[in-house]
Amino acid sequence: MKPAPFRIERPRTIADAVALLASGGDGAKVMAGGQSLGPMLNLRLATPDLIVDLSGIDDLRTVREEAGHIIYGALVTHADVEDGRAPDVGTNILRRVAGGIAYRAVRNRGTMGGSLSHADPAADWVNALSVLGAEVEIAGPAGERRLPMGAFLAGALATALEPGEILVAVRVPKVPATARFGYVKHCRKVGEFAHAIGAVLIDPATGTGRALMGAIDAPPLVFADAATLFGSRIDAGFASRFDASAANAALVAAGLTDAVDRHVHVEVLRRAVTQAASLFTDTRSAA
Amino acid sequence: MSEPRSQEGVGARLPRKEDDRLMRGRGQFIADIRMAGMQDVAFVRSPLAHARIRAIHVPEDLKGRVFTAADLDGVKPIRAVSGLPGFKVSEQPVLATGKVRQVGELIAMCVADTRAEAEDMAARVELDLEELPALHDMLDARKPGATLVHEHWGDNVFLESLVNINIEAAFDAPVKVSRTISTARQCMAPIEGRGTVVHFDHRSDQLVVHTASQMPHIVRSGLSECLGLEEGQIRIISPDVGGGFGYKAILLSEDVCLGWLTRKIGRPLRWLEDRREHLTASANCREHHYEITLYAERDGTLRGIDCEASVDSGAYSAYPFSACLEAAQVASILPGPYDFPSYRCRTWSVATNKCPILPYRGVARTGVCFALEVALDALAAELGLAPEVVRLKNLVRPEQMPFDNITNKHFDSGNYPEALRQALDAIKADAVRKRQLAGEPDGRRIGLGLSIYCEQAAHGTSVYSGWGIPMVPGHEQAGARLTPDGGLELRIGAHSHGQGLETTLAQVAHEILGMPVARTRLVHGDTAMTPYSTGSWGSRVMVMAGGAVATACTELAERIRRIGAHMLQARPEDVRLEAGRVVGPSGDVTIQQVAHTWYRRPQDLPADVDPHGLEVTAGYKPVRDSGTFSYAAHAVVVAVDPDLGEVEILDYAIVEDGGTLVNPMVVDGQIIGGLAQGIGTALYEEMAFDASGQPLASTLADYLLPGAPEVPMPFIGHMETPSPYTKFGVKGIGEGGAIAPPAAIANAINDALRPLGAEMLRAPVTPRRIVEQVLAVRAGERSAA
Repeated sequence: MKPAPFRIERPRTIADAVALLASGGDGAKVMAGGQSLGPMLNLRLATPDLIVDLSGIDDLRTVREEAGHIIYGALVTHADVEDGRAPDVGTNILRRVAGGIAYRAVRNRGTMGGSLSHADPAADWVNALSVLGAEVEIAGPAGERRLPMGAFLAGALATALEPGEILVAVRVPKVPATARFGYVKHCRKVGEFAHAIGAVLIDPATGTGRALMGAIDAPPLVFADAATLFGSRIDAGFASRFDASAANAALVAAGLTDAVDRHVHVEVLRRAVTQAASLFTDTRSAA
Repeated sequence: MSEPRSQEGVGARLPRKEDDRLMRGRGQFIADIRMAGMQDVAFVRSPLAHARIRAIHVPEDLKGRVFTAADLDGVKPIRAVSGLPGFKVSEQPVLATGKVRQVGELIAMCVADTRAEAEDMAARVELDLEELPALHDMLDARKPGATLVHEHWGDNVFLESLVNINIEAAFDAPVKVSRTISTARQCMAPIEGRGTVVHFDHRSDQLVVHTASQMPHIVRSGLSECLGLEEGQIRIISPDVGGGFGYKAILLSEDVCLGWLTRKIGRPLRWLEDRREHLTASANCREHHYEITLYAERDGTLRGIDCEASVDSGAYSAYPFSACLEAAQVASILPGPYDFPSYRCRTWSVATNKCPILPYRGVARTGVCFALEVALDALAAELGLAPEVVRLKNLVRPEQMPFDNITNKHFDSGNYPEALRQALDAIKADAVRKRQLAGEPDGRRIGLGLSIYCEQAAHGTSVYSGWGIPMVPGHEQAGARLTPDGGLELRIGAHSHGQGLETTLAQVAHEILGMPVARTRLVHGDTAMTPYSTGSWGSRVMVMAGGAVATACTELAERIRRIGAHMLQARPEDVRLEAGRVVGPSGDVTIQQVAHTWYRRPQDLPADVDPHGLEVTAGYKPVRDSGTFSYAAHAVVVAVDPDLGEVEILDYAIVEDGGTLVNPMVVDGQIIGGLAQGIGTALYEEMAFDASGQPLASTLADYLLPGAPEVPMPFIGHMETPSPYTKFGVKGIGEGGAIAPPAAIANAINDALRPLGAEMLRAPVTPRRIVEQVLAVRAGERSAA
């Protein structure tokens, strides 16, 4: 399959990109790394009149640090993170996630902003950045705004982006040295989109944690306070108190009717918990 | 193991000549061909699995650039008949007429300067279709009252067959084990899809068809029948072919359409299959369903096998192998390498509203091996015996060779029990079983699986004449000629689609003539330049074309020797050809000097010199044409995660016997490639359909193929029991690698899960299927408790 005809523009500034998008209305589509849009164009699942190619906008490639956050330009590629060209929010947090995305050829071109804007529920950034509590920065005809991931992800392949708006950056909170990150995905083969993702960010020092079950054909199911999964408290012995029935109940409430699917999602979350716990060198003595 | 007699002859592990261009990206495939004025074709395909065509609306401005069946004057449908009694013929119109019988069936063709523009045109063609109930399940399709794919048949069965060899005698056996076993519909996935570039050459009065084909001469015959052209008016050129596996053996409607259209509009045309067309409309294979019962003594001795097998043949009979080859083959090859006294097998080749089933590497053998070997493990478990014990009880023994089995398959040579024993050693079965008892720290379960098969290869006239399909292999011919500067050209009508024939056939020539492999060129893939051949299929080329090359080179050697004798002023009986030189009592001359003399200095030759010169075409058949029997034992260790259903292959060992190996490195490559495909069958590949007959995988994101991380490097052990019937004792081995892995892997998974009460009987064994069973067993235990 080859794409239906379309016009392509390659602006140099965010303002120009926003103006072009606004001029194109519903028939305009943004392209970043093109790793999802490219195949959709070829399969004629997407038939835009206008493609606004962001690759000429250098501002979207920058990474800057603020107190407590790292702000990644939307065009930072998975490989930039994997290879360490873009700094990490902690020790081997985003880097590990990036290295597990699809295949290296995809990682070379695919971008963090593109992946979030595509909003595939099984995508790694959609899930990893949700559990890390990231926010997205959006530019549009009405100016700039920020949204937390939970508000940004509106559904499977759907976001809160309004016509003319572009995701320009991702603000990710730095991970405290006392916290541990567990991230497990269930795929049938290397590089495949996940059938289940479990992720936790646990900090026994502060007694806080977030957890998530993803790849459920909808935005991830996020536990902003993961204590509910561990008998109402998070301390060094959290992993041994993992409450599978609480996770299962949340999936039921989210509308997952298939018991086999729920079993797999809960099991994958359990493993993310176990993984995070194993990263505490003093787990046993603390417990 | 026979030592190679030279560095480059039979038995040498020679790097492949063709890899120099292929690995540098210099291969020339269909998509690399450019012609002045060439246009691209895109097809309008059926969106429905079964529908009556009420009307096809072509926009006025596209008239003359979009063509339907109504335009195809003089084009006949594709008819792949079988002479087997009761076979029902399907006529496959190259563009649909009346109704469509599968998703993706061709309805119209659109021609434009680019493929994208042709697709734009295709999108504007409107179809008025009356949807009919679609058959997506072959078992439903066999039921009375089912919708009919071909109305005039009265049912949906291409062919039913029955073999019964005294099955009643087995009914009093003390042990009886029955299972329902099935393999999914798959899609062959060569890296290169199909493709065709055609033009009409008025000077030679020939339709010149460049097409990625394993069987150029058969494509020519098929095209000639459909287009009403003399065979001499068609030239098929098959360039570098990026994998075939059987898919590129088939005459496609697309080939016929382009052959007609290029004459109609007078321009070169191209169609390149894309992956969506390939997955949803064409390259389907493998869908088998078995109800199998084994009768045995308590010590594992088989008393009999009773089986009902159905194959989903899809909507049409594919040219040239037909819709019944696979199912009817099931009946004759199900017994595998086992010796037992009673047998019954009933088979059905069932028509459904899906793509025609095509022969894929291993053809029916992969399904047969899966059914029998998985059932044998169930029997072993029932008897409380190790799986190898049951197999060793029943395998044909070396002292029985040559052996005619229960379906009259003639096993030429081999030691099957020894292959199994070596495979068990290589996989360290004892250590694996100890580890299994100890349990894994990560909670996964270890399993050991075995399977063994035999592969009838290079079977010829006596076997195929009975099928009555459009082709029957006879003598295979090859040409061998010296060039004036003393190089060697070989010509064969079969075609390499990745097997390394340019190297291995040069090795055969080297064995006879001493010609350096670097100075031997293989001319193939062009009907204008090669002798007729049914082509590359059935693991036959090394046996057949190899034998023909050896025969031609032997005759050429004799002619070289006689000219050389004259040059040495010696009697012919006093000279010999040795390492590329004619050696006489008092001196020697090189083959190059002989060639130079024949072509460039004929004045130096006597008047009564043999006028046939240094160019030979010779034919070859093995002493018996019932086929060579290569075989292998596969042993695999897996780790299964019962909660997620993930399967990791920890170790894989293959002990194979392909007779004398011409190039063991090439054989290793064939086995590893086959293993990758077998792993796909075992764990990943499934072309699913919904209830309306829609294929559910249209990209490689949905149709999972194993990648490098999923394919382990196997241990490969070679036994080399020569075939008594073939030149050098070679046997065909091209398909074997893909036959045994699904059974071995499923058996390993079942070995791991048996203590949990789960048993996987359908390929692919997916994580979902494992977890479903594990949870069902757990739920059963809870409710029982």
